[in-house]
Amino acid sequence: MATQHSRSAARLMMAPAVVLLLGWMLVPLIMTLMFSFKKYLPLRGGDLGWVGFENYVRFVSSSAFWPSVVATLTIVGGVLLITVVFGVLLAILLNQPMWGQGVVRILVIAPFFVMPTVSALVWKNMFMDPVNGLLAHLWKFFGATPIEWLSQASLPSIVMIVSWQWLPFATLILLTAIQSLDSEQLEAAEMDGAPPLKRFGYITLPHLGRAITVVVLIQTIFLLAVFAEIFVTTGGAFGTRTLTYLIFQRVLESQNVGLGSAGGVYAIILANIVAIFLMRAVGKNLDA
Amino acid sequence: MGQIKLNQVTKRFGEVEVIPPLDLTIEDGEFTVFVGPSGCGKSTLLRLIAGLEDITTGHIEIDGNDATNVPPAKRGLAMVFQSYALYPHMSVRKNIAFPMKMAGIDEAEQNRRIDSAAKALNLTDYLDRRPGQLSGGQRQRVAIGRAIVREPAAFLFDEPLSNLDAALRVGMRLEISELHERLKTTMIYVTHDQVEAMTMADKIVVLRAGIVEQVGSPLELYHTPRNEFVAGFIGSPKMNLIKGAEAEKHGAATIGIRPEHTDVSKTEGMWKGVVGVAEHLGSDTFIHVHETGLGDLVTVRITGDIQAKHGDTIYLTPQMDKLHKFDAQGLRIG
Amino acid sequence: MARAVTQQRKIINTAAAWGIGLLIFFPILWTILTSFKTEAQAIADPPIFLAFDWTLENYAVVMERSNYMRFLWNSVIIAGGSTLLGILVAVPAAWSMAFVPSKRTKDILLWMLSTKMLPAVGVLYPIYLIFIKLGILDTRTGLVIVLMLMNLPIIVWMLYTYFREIPGEILEAARMDGATLKEEILYVLTPMAVPGIASTLLLNFILAWNEAFWTLNLTAVNAAPLTAFIASYSSPEGLFFAKLSAASTMAIAPILILGWFSQKQLVSGLTFGAVK
Repeated sequence: MATQHSRSAARLMMAPAVVLLLGWMLVPLIMTLMFSFKKYLPLRGGDLGWVGFENYVRFVSSSAFWPSVVATLTIVGGVLLITVVFGVLLAILLNQPMWGQGVVRILVIAPFFVMPTVSALVWKNMFMDPVNGLLAHLWKFFGATPIEWLSQASLPSIVMIVSWQWLPFATLILLTAIQSLDSEQLEAAEMDGAPPLKRFGYITLPHLGRAITVVVLIQTIFLLAVFAEIFVTTGGAFGTRTLTYLIFQRVLESQNVGLGSAGGVYAIILANIVAIFLMRAVGKNLDA
Repeated sequence: MGQIKLNQVTKRFGEVEVIPPLDLTIEDGEFTVFVGPSGCGKSTLLRLIAGLEDITTGHIEIDGNDATNVPPAKRGLAMVFQSYALYPHMSVRKNIAFPMKMAGIDEAEQNRRIDSAAKALNLTDYLDRRPGQLSGGQRQRVAIGRAIVREPAAFLFDEPLSNLDAALRVGMRLEISELHERLKTTMIYVTHDQVEAMTMADKIVVLRAGIVEQVGSPLELYHTPRNEFVAGFIGSPKMNLIKGAEAEKHGAATIGIRPEHTDVSKTEGMWKGVVGVAEHLGSDTFIHVHETGLGDLVTVRITGDIQAKHGDTIYLTPQMDKLHKFDAQGLRIG
Repeated sequence: MARAVTQQRKIINTAAAWGIGLLIFFPILWTILTSFKTEAQAIADPPIFLAFDWTLENYAVVMERSNYMRFLWNSVIIAGGSTLLGILVAVPAAWSMAFVPSKRTKDILLWMLSTKMLPAVGVLYPIYLIFIKLGILDTRTGLVIVLMLMNLPIIVWMLYTYFREIPGEILEAARMDGATLKEEILYVLTPMAVPGIASTLLLNFILAWNEAFWTLNLTAVNAAPLTAFIASYSSPEGLFFAKLSAASTMAIAPILILGWFSQKQLVSGLTFGAVK
């Protein structure tokens, strides 16, 4: 399928996408790197010259740094755990014979279409409001004291909101994968005397390996960048300040571009560490 | 016109040499079959001729013109693929018209050629269907129709029958042979099935590991295989190849005798053995004989029906004038 | 395969699935219902589920307060423009990767995906500066470009996985039939890949529609799409549940309706083409 002619055509046709993405990656990256070594305060004097690694040291030694890393990883890890576990269970349920499967599937997918700002606002006000929120009513109905979700349990609340948005995606991918499982394999296992739980463990779950990898990869890409949900709900307060949000505050709220850029470089490094692990796993799993 | 000439053609994929230097001439109007076991390079060779792969070194000439660097579309060849490669989103008519549309042939001429091809291939009633609504044999005919209307210098067939069931395969084999008789256009046909090769070819090219083992007419290959490989590959059931003391008696490292050239007796003969399995086909009987002291299982083919069952003692006598002898390198002696 | 499922099993399955499905869908349903209540009924204790006085007043107020149509139009242009542009750039790239693979194809693909992992916030200020320099801050053009670049890796990846399903022999047949590369892609590949391209279009349209980092940070007034429209309700207007609900419903309705009409492509697209 490959002649010299088609190979050079292929290179030519790949060029626009590669060049665009390379530019999109390199130009801002280089600028960020440059700013990170400067004292740069747009509203208070602008470019105040090179300062070496001062921004890097200051960003890490700030008391907000480590909590923000922890918050980031908690959100990513928490959402991944919830969506994968419930996604598998939900996918198995939806794969059973039932009436109205198509409608149920639409109901389950729907949250994915809701834009993050809307979902954050709706959850924050209409469900998690400690006075008028629906959850508060529910708690009072059972005689419990309503929880102030976004201040007392801020991180779990965010994890919950984001999980609600991403559960449909995980479920759908896992459902598609389960449906592609050759039923003869399961029947063979049944003939061999494997009970349902063992059939799940030895056949269904390994079959889902690739799908789970895809879920983890794609969700991680999006979860590392969670922004609107925090912007709208807590504004970074109550321990929900992720690395993304911390940098956002440094750059836009305190207008300290140098410091923010140093933070940006850290975020890029963190993302790359995660990326390397993921790409390894995916590269192995992507060959099919 | 369609004479195709390969001059010292080689092909490497990275470090792997798939085709060592190879010379071959396919004469105009000839039906040539490339045959060999899977992985022998026959399909690669066809794709080199088609221009779908670059040759690494050497030259390809079509009708005396150097076509080495000519893109596939400009070589004037038509190809029928193993999977038929029909365009699923186009009707049969559009599929057949596609190469003519690409060539900018005017519509009236397009329709004329489509209608005559459809008539010849029994597709007239199916012109408005999509490939997905056709049976395997019909799809195959559409693929052939698409090739015919181009009026190519040569047709290339890449294992075109391997996706059809056995009965259909025999029918299509005849249709392709008849097509060749009618068009008299050069055809190159790739298959791993030596029956197809024997029944269809004017000239067979036997390939192994990219090397041409023998080129010749079907009967040449049958009667005078150049080496052990060709001897074993052409003919069904396979020729019995016997090594060791028995071969040395005939002054050879290996002797070969075809199953149909062995006489059988219940009482006397050259080799004594025990019947393993007897396959009764009605017209013929294949007997697989064990414990002959000749090494491998020996197969014999007898016309008509013969009483033989598992465990019977049986005597075999090869017809001496049909004995093939090979030296230690596997090459034919005499 | 076909074994009688007991009626009882099926009833239990149905009940469980519908229960969970409705639970997951409930926040959306509740938002839509609340948008038709009066403010008083919206915060009534205990909550009123259906027996309220249906009113369209909230929608009227929201329309009056802000120019919904302009936000909507911006969203359509930005999401649609970035997706179409992305497809235009991605189709040739995906063709190359799927049909002329080399040793580096997989590396390039993974590298493309990895650019999506670069935290946007890390490059926010540079992009901001570049946008000012180019005079495209708060313009739809600017956002079309940024969102196109954001989603390009996913578009390439999805198209690549769809294209790989198409047998190479068919493209070779087109080549033998005398088609040029352009004709091969236009007349053979693209029509065959229509379902995959549709899924890709749809999913990326939704991703762009819902994108809420660049759209919030690179727009002010002129190019602000629906994500910004709704963000203006964060507080204290968010305490007016009925109006918040009406605005929310207006922001998500176009996508929900689009999704409803194109379920099949969407379900396929939602798997990012990664799982069959």
